[in-house]
Amino acid sequence: MSTSVIPITAVPPVGKSRRKFSSYPLKARIGAIIVGVFVLLAIFGPYLAPFDPSATKNTQAYPVGPNWTHLLGTTAIGGDVLSQMLVGIRATVFVGLTAGVIATFLSVLVGVSSGFLGGASDEGLSLLTNAVLVLPALPLLVVILGYLPQASNLVTAFVLSVLGWPWGARVIRAQTLSLRRRDFVAAARETGESTWRIIVSEIIPNEVSLIAASFVGTVLYAILTSVALTFLGLGDLSNWSLGSMLYWSQNGNAITLGAWWWYLPPGLAVAFLGMGLVLLNFGLDELGNPRLRDATGQHKIAGHVWRPADPTPVVRDSDLVKRGLFTRGFAALRQGVRPVRSSVAKGDDVETTIKGNADG
Amino acid sequence: MTEQTKTSESAVGDVVLEAVSISRDYYLGRGRSGPVLSAVRDVSLSLYRRGVVAIVGESGSGKSTVARMLAGQETLTSGEVRLDGKVVHLKHRRAFRAYKREVQMVFQDPFASLNSVHTVRHHLERPIKIHRGIQGKQAIEEEMYRLLTLVSMTPPELFLPKYPHELSGGQRQRVAIARAIAASPRVLLADEPISMLDVSIRLDILRLLSDLRETLELAMLYITHDIASARYVADEILVMYAGEIVERGPAEEVTQSPAHPYTQLLVSSAPNPDALGSSLKTGTKIVPGQAGSALSSIVGCRFSPRCPFADEQCRTTRPPIVPTNDGRLVACWHLEQAAPSSVALTTKPRTTRAKKVLEKPD
Repeated sequence: MSTSVIPITAVPPVGKSRRKFSSYPLKARIGAIIVGVFVLLAIFGPYLAPFDPSATKNTQAYPVGPNWTHLLGTTAIGGDVLSQMLVGIRATVFVGLTAGVIATFLSVLVGVSSGFLGGASDEGLSLLTNAVLVLPALPLLVVILGYLPQASNLVTAFVLSVLGWPWGARVIRAQTLSLRRRDFVAAARETGESTWRIIVSEIIPNEVSLIAASFVGTVLYAILTSVALTFLGLGDLSNWSLGSMLYWSQNGNAITLGAWWWYLPPGLAVAFLGMGLVLLNFGLDELGNPRLRDATGQHKIAGHVWRPADPTPVVRDSDLVKRGLFTRGFAALRQGVRPVRSSVAKGDDVETTIKGNADG
Repeated sequence: MTEQTKTSESAVGDVVLEAVSISRDYYLGRGRSGPVLSAVRDVSLSLYRRGVVAIVGESGSGKSTVARMLAGQETLTSGEVRLDGKVVHLKHRRAFRAYKREVQMVFQDPFASLNSVHTVRHHLERPIKIHRGIQGKQAIEEEMYRLLTLVSMTPPELFLPKYPHELSGGQRQRVAIARAIAASPRVLLADEPISMLDVSIRLDILRLLSDLRETLELAMLYITHDIASARYVADEILVMYAGEIVERGPAEEVTQSPAHPYTQLLVSSAPNPDALGSSLKTGTKIVPGQAGSALSSIVGCRFSPRCPFADEQCRTTRPPIVPTNDGRLVACWHLEQAAPSSVALTTKPRTTRAKKVLEKPD
């Protein structure tokens, strides 16, 4: 080999640093913590429940408000609300996650194949997506779940995912359409990769943030819808879930009895879980699109926060820069002092000029 | 041939890859009823072992389409591609892979041609596994080290775990070149390999390609819009305008005494400090205009709307590509005005196929 090639000087290796949790957007962090707490409760809640949630006490003294034995009070027939919550969160989270996983799988499958293959398959799959998209989901769910003899949580999750995949599929199809014309796909074909391998190894890894956001959105949809359906009495009422708690509280006239501890905890739990998922979704959006990030606190110059809307403080004077007075000029500006003009002649005592202004 | 990077002509080997009057049409309307864009029309070229052929032309001239057709990424509307004299059929996956073992392409934009989610190791490992049949982790690792050393990315162990965004444009293009030669091809199609790079590293990449051509005995197609860089690396230059070849010949002759008005325009628009301010030989100004239209409805010379010598004949009849007395082929009706020193030997159209312009009596 001829030696006309210029050797590249060695670059010191950069260690693969793990991203710190605190470096993620605030919304994503709060959302992740809320969702994380709910997932932990879903896993360990039933073991923490102090009472059997279905235990009843046949007295007239109930419902009882919060006390040291029953931290969240009891229902009209003496069931412990806290225990019902701890047991019920599992079912609700299970429906949400199961529907999310199935629906996201369907979205990726349909979206990527439709976008990548193009032509007749794209036309057909897009038609299917749009058809499912315009189906009125809630009435249809009411009809389907009312018709099914046994509406277990798994069945509910399955029906929800069958109706919940088209949003994600459309977004993923659009992204795939844009990715498949990129050079790296042509380059992978040059390498001799099979179509299957190009999809799995080259296209899908580039869509991970989109798929994650779609997953979170679908989980939120599934949780809200399943709670609503169970509240209407169309879901699984034989097991405890946040939805069935709301159903039984409504059934037991909790509002007329003034038993706020009966219906408020499950309602707030649903609201918090939904908020956590929404925040997580916004956070994922911000990760993928830095323009959405809040600019405040991003730039600190000389200890002061500069907002993008602030005018650029132009006090450009080579002497100031050379003598390290540039940042002091900024400080003077922040105190509402007239900027040091560049008309200051060379050799003038700039430092005293600034000080004099700042004092006066 | 003054440049030391060029091969001496006797060293140029046999024809490896050959395009025989290949064309590519695009239908602009829905279905096949709308206007037809003939992006490439009737292009023939031969790539020789250790030889470099350059295609020069402006954006939209069809030069990249030629490369994509040769690479098998684009189907041919008509014509055929021959590898070692055998017509290439790429209908089946196995045939395509076998073809990729011989013919590889380097893309224009190194920021787009590497997948940002994969490391350098992944980009090199895949072609080695697919094409080379090298067994064992150690052997693959050694091969990747060899490839990175070939493209001067040393020490290799430093670059293998890097992601594309951690590399500079020049380093990325080196990785892209290493990936292309990982399949140990005999033909390398370089589609504007330096146009997206900083000026300061363009020469390095050109030198690298020239070195690889020498050491690996590659047949190379070099596509560019910069006729000066084509002169630097190529043995033969093909000038394309709106999908057609307007002039072809040995690199020195085409760049030093361009015959076709469009070639003259290209040469005069290259920032050459030795010839500042020079325009057409005749001093005539080129009519400023849009890039050439390649609509198939255009009869006559496609350069005629911008050409200072165009007359009725140019607008109605397509000029044939004919050999001239100074060893090249030009498609122009008014050669005697455009380039008085070049005289067309015949007015009969001559097939350009398998024409060995590199063979000169010496």
